[in-house]
Amino acid sequence: MSDEIIARLQERFAEVVPRDSLDWPAVNCPSGRWPDLASALKSEFGYAFLMDVTAVDWNEENPRFTVVYHFYSDERRGYLRVAVDCSNDIEPEVPSIAHLWPTADWHERETFDMFGIRFEGHPDLKRILMWEDYPYYPLRKEFPLAGRETDLPDSEVARETGAKVIGAPMMGGPFVAEGEGPMSESEPRGKDETWAEENPKRET
Amino acid sequence: MAKEATEVSYGDVLNRVTRREDEMQFDKLSLSMGPSHPSTHGVLRLILDLDGEVVTRCEPVVGYLHRGDEKIAENMTYNQFVPYTDRLDYLAPLANNVAYALAVEKLAKLEVPARCQAIRVLVSEMSRISAHLMGLGAYALDLGAMTVFLYTFTEREKLYTLFEELTGARFTTSYTRIGGVARDLPEGWLRKVEKFCDQFLPVLDDCSNLLTRNRIFLDRAEGIGVISKEDAVGYGLTGPNLRGSGVATDLRKDCPYSGYENYEFDVPIGTKGDCYDRYLVRFEEMRQSVRIVRQVVKSMPDGPWYAEDAKKIFAPPKDKIMTSMEELIQNFMIVTQGPQMPEGEVYFEAENPKGALGFYIVSKGGGVPYRMKIRSPSFCNLSVLPKVAPGCLIADVVSVLGSLDFVMGECDR
Repeated sequence: MSDEIIARLQERFAEVVPRDSLDWPAVNCPSGRWPDLASALKSEFGYAFLMDVTAVDWNEENPRFTVVYHFYSDERRGYLRVAVDCSNDIEPEVPSIAHLWPTADWHERETFDMFGIRFEGHPDLKRILMWEDYPYYPLRKEFPLAGRETDLPDSEVARETGAKVIGAPMMGGPFVAEGEGPMSESEPRGKDETWAEENPKRET
Repeated sequence: MAKEATEVSYGDVLNRVTRREDEMQFDKLSLSMGPSHPSTHGVLRLILDLDGEVVTRCEPVVGYLHRGDEKIAENMTYNQFVPYTDRLDYLAPLANNVAYALAVEKLAKLEVPARCQAIRVLVSEMSRISAHLMGLGAYALDLGAMTVFLYTFTEREKLYTLFEELTGARFTTSYTRIGGVARDLPEGWLRKVEKFCDQFLPVLDDCSNLLTRNRIFLDRAEGIGVISKEDAVGYGLTGPNLRGSGVATDLRKDCPYSGYENYEFDVPIGTKGDCYDRYLVRFEEMRQSVRIVRQVVKSMPDGPWYAEDAKKIFAPPKDKIMTSMEELIQNFMIVTQGPQMPEGEVYFEAENPKGALGFYIVSKGGGVPYRMKIRSPSFCNLSVLPKVAPGCLIADVVSVLGSLDFVMGECDR
């Protein structure tokens, strides 16, 4: 079943390669062929439902960003995963499929908001969960869990109050340790525990 | 000297009004509905362009409740994230717990025992009833029928008492663990569930009598906010909203999980896709859920309620931790490093009260996900508003919002 659909996709699009997956059939597609593949999925292969669009930031790897789509077919009663790598790591871009599935509109806006991936041909690509002038892309791996200090969305309020958006307190949170070294550096929940650490004795 | 009053006939007035019609054309008004508005059920803001009272454009602004759940998930072990799933669709926390546990177990290729599966189906269906009770009650309240809300809330309270007995919390249940559930069913609990079902159906009929043929309710719901089949599929609607538009897609039937294939139930669908159809679908779903609950209670299997052989995933029982060295080590490893998962990626969707709640998990091995995406049904259901709202009156927008039955905690994550 899973091999059958991949074989049929490969027959139609030679550039499509199978992708490792633990569950549903999955393929990788080069971004150049993506709009054609997407419209074929809808019209020829019976994947009428676009369930989800998201991205993965592979951090140090190349290509850094992969946009992942999940389709559902009620005829096949199963899903299909399509991954499209972004060729440019600095300004990642992928063709939009919002003209095929209106639901892609909001999903792509969210992916842009969280990862900074631009969707070429999107009707109105702007932030959706964060506010319009927010300077960062929070789901990128280099963005810290606590957040970064930023200006308030409303400049008028910011001017009056002098307030800023500040990083969240990490102390006491159930977050896992990141690495080695002293507790105050390695573990977010231990950020405030410098008082309990034994510092090397200073030479007198 | 007072001016003599002249008698004006009704026709004169009408004439004057019609002659001055051009003067009565207003400029278009842009109205911000929300983010704090009783009918937006949370912090949703709608930017409405109005021509008189008719909506010409509607732009939903979401994100007021964004907490970065996906970022948080990347920074904690799989079990630690269970309480965060309570706070997605906070009207059906148990169903979220179950969906999340199933997604991670799919990654671990872990099969839980029959009793655990049955418990999960049971709590999912009970939370479906409680979520729909809330949805319907609030919808009726939005349209001015306050009595129904009181009826449904009384029933919901009974369910919450049952949840409290089972999980220790009414609202934030955190009941599932990866590889099982937090604790077995309390003694005599199933009998109480059955009793609840017995007295619940008559109350449901009462609610139905108050609304289904109510002229005022029909005027506010019938033919309002029609979503065509094509739009429902195209905009990624799921759950009762999709089925209200006549698409018979229910993941419990089509891709059965957790043993749903063992139970008999029907999938109600609408014909026109208006607010009234969505209301009817929810009503019937509650009846079907009661049917499933009864079957589960009747056929509840005995045996273990967690995956006993999953030593690196589910913590051993407390008394063993206290008495045996090996179990102590095992518990220590699971608590400090998290349940150990293989490398790979999975996508799992469960049919939740609001629609298909999906988890896409990318794992690089170990106890922490590399990336977790939560596909929330409310987010997709809301995206249809710019399509549906234009042409509605402002009062109809309230009806459409109520009938879509969304939760912002899940939409914004």
